[in-house]
Amino acid sequence: MVHDVRHVPNVPLLPGAVLLGSVPLCARARPTVVKTFWLLVRAGFRRHSTYRLALLAGMTTNSVFGFIRASILLAALASAGTSIGGYDAPTAIAFVWWGQALLGTVNLWGFAEVKDRVRTGDIAVDFLRPIDPQLAYLAGDLGRAGINLIGRGLPAILLGALLFDMAPPPSAVSWAAGAVSVLLAVVVAFAGNFVINLLAFWLVEIRGITLLWMITGGLLCGLYLPVPWFPDWLRTVAHWSPFPSMLQNPIDILAGRVVGTDIASAVAVQVFWALALLGLGQLVLRAGRRRLEVQGG
Amino acid sequence: MADVTLTERLRPYRVLLASRARAQMQYRTSFVTDILGTVGVGLAEFAEVWIIFHNVDILGGLDFTSAMLVFALSNLAFSLADMFVGHLDQLPRYIRAGQVDAFYVRPLPLLAQLMTSDLSLRRIGRLSVALVVLTVALTRADIDWSPATVALIVLTVVSGTAIFSALFTAAGGLQFFLVDGAEFTNAFTYGGSYAAQQSQQVFPDPLRIFWTFVVPTAFVAYIPAVAILDLPGDHLTPHWLAWCTPLAALLAWGIAGLCWRLGTRHYQGAGG
Repeated sequence: MVHDVRHVPNVPLLPGAVLLGSVPLCARARPTVVKTFWLLVRAGFRRHSTYRLALLAGMTTNSVFGFIRASILLAALASAGTSIGGYDAPTAIAFVWWGQALLGTVNLWGFAEVKDRVRTGDIAVDFLRPIDPQLAYLAGDLGRAGINLIGRGLPAILLGALLFDMAPPPSAVSWAAGAVSVLLAVVVAFAGNFVINLLAFWLVEIRGITLLWMITGGLLCGLYLPVPWFPDWLRTVAHWSPFPSMLQNPIDILAGRVVGTDIASAVAVQVFWALALLGLGQLVLRAGRRRLEVQGG
Repeated sequence: MADVTLTERLRPYRVLLASRARAQMQYRTSFVTDILGTVGVGLAEFAEVWIIFHNVDILGGLDFTSAMLVFALSNLAFSLADMFVGHLDQLPRYIRAGQVDAFYVRPLPLLAQLMTSDLSLRRIGRLSVALVVLTVALTRADIDWSPATVALIVLTVVSGTAIFSALFTAAGGLQFFLVDGAEFTNAFTYGGSYAAQQSQQVFPDPLRIFWTFVVPTAFVAYIPAVAILDLPGDHLTPHWLAWCTPLAALLAWGIAGLCWRLGTRHYQGAGG
């Protein structure tokens, strides 16, 4: 039989269902959303920390790319004879190594888990859970980001600082704002990818869209070259897109290219994109839920 | 039995590859999207070169046209190698799923089977970007054309493809040891491709020596390009070195063969 998920009672959320439960279950307080969220973050952290060799491998590859990119940027600066787009040699080095360090932390290349669950219909199970699917997946992604920051990011940044003349974050404010900015970057990248994944509700194959997202994102987020180096028109395109919020903004704060009140506006742009994309995700999720039909049960 | 000709011996591979190619073209929309995707990848990579030269006139001793030639030669070689053997990247998945054993019971060599297990036609997209850039670079550059120049270009593309294929094969051999650490080998396959696109003069000497004599990706594009364009070489790129590209390819294949042999010897099967 064809079963519309909307009509499946969201069991644990109904007060009646809790009353029907056994007494010990009743006696225990239901976990709050915050607590559940935190548990899911930790689960994501543990899940991704299982593959230690993969973390080491990722760090090695990131570092090799770091050497190549640092060489290119330094050669360009030497050829120009002056700073380009606000970057001198130490800030350019900081740009490269913070970028390599955050590469694994911020999920730039996206994920396929939600898309696969939509295609197989497993997403219906996610709808039945007592926490919003978007929130649950965000929690998992934050956990993943955490272990990648520690396992892949920190070693890369230490290596860069040891081997190159790298500009440190100029003040305590830069450190603090940088940390907030990294967190926001993880959220923006997740929220964007989540929307892309949900398109699987309407499309049989979203590989082309994923690829398009990855290519534009990779170029416009400031992974290869700093956005201020772009020609005017391309820089304008980048500034109207969410992509610099995923990498360029936190890097600029940590590398000390953006200081003072500019930090506030860089973070504000990220907050805007985080809220906008999370909101869009909620809308698409609701529309998808209405569309979803699951066989059986 | 004794009189099996080469044609007959190659027949299974021809049939396999033809079927892989046909299979990919069954879903037209998917196939076209995939090709457009790899065109996009190629364009994004080129955008990087273009953006740098938007800010500077010379990078590592090369002007924009010369940098285009280096970019095109390395991208051409890489996308060809990626098309033929890039799917060796999938090996860790086969190993984890225990599917390698299935390859072992078939009456063809393992490496040959894995190589013909796919023919990624979608890479044509990136290949065509490289070809266009190559054409533009060769017409714009001030080249003293001679049969030797043409021979050098052909030799470079063939040897460059061989070098990248060797890197993929070496990476494949190492996967039998790494499994979960599959990404280690990306450092010299994809990292090597990224390094090959650059003027080698941007690197400090130890890195240049690494990309020339350890992972020989400098031979894929930069060293031949210096000779083709008749640019002044330096202590690490004399013009005669351009003709050593096939030698570098041979050496790379020697090491790749060794890695593959070690890997397959190490493999104990999936059990059961």
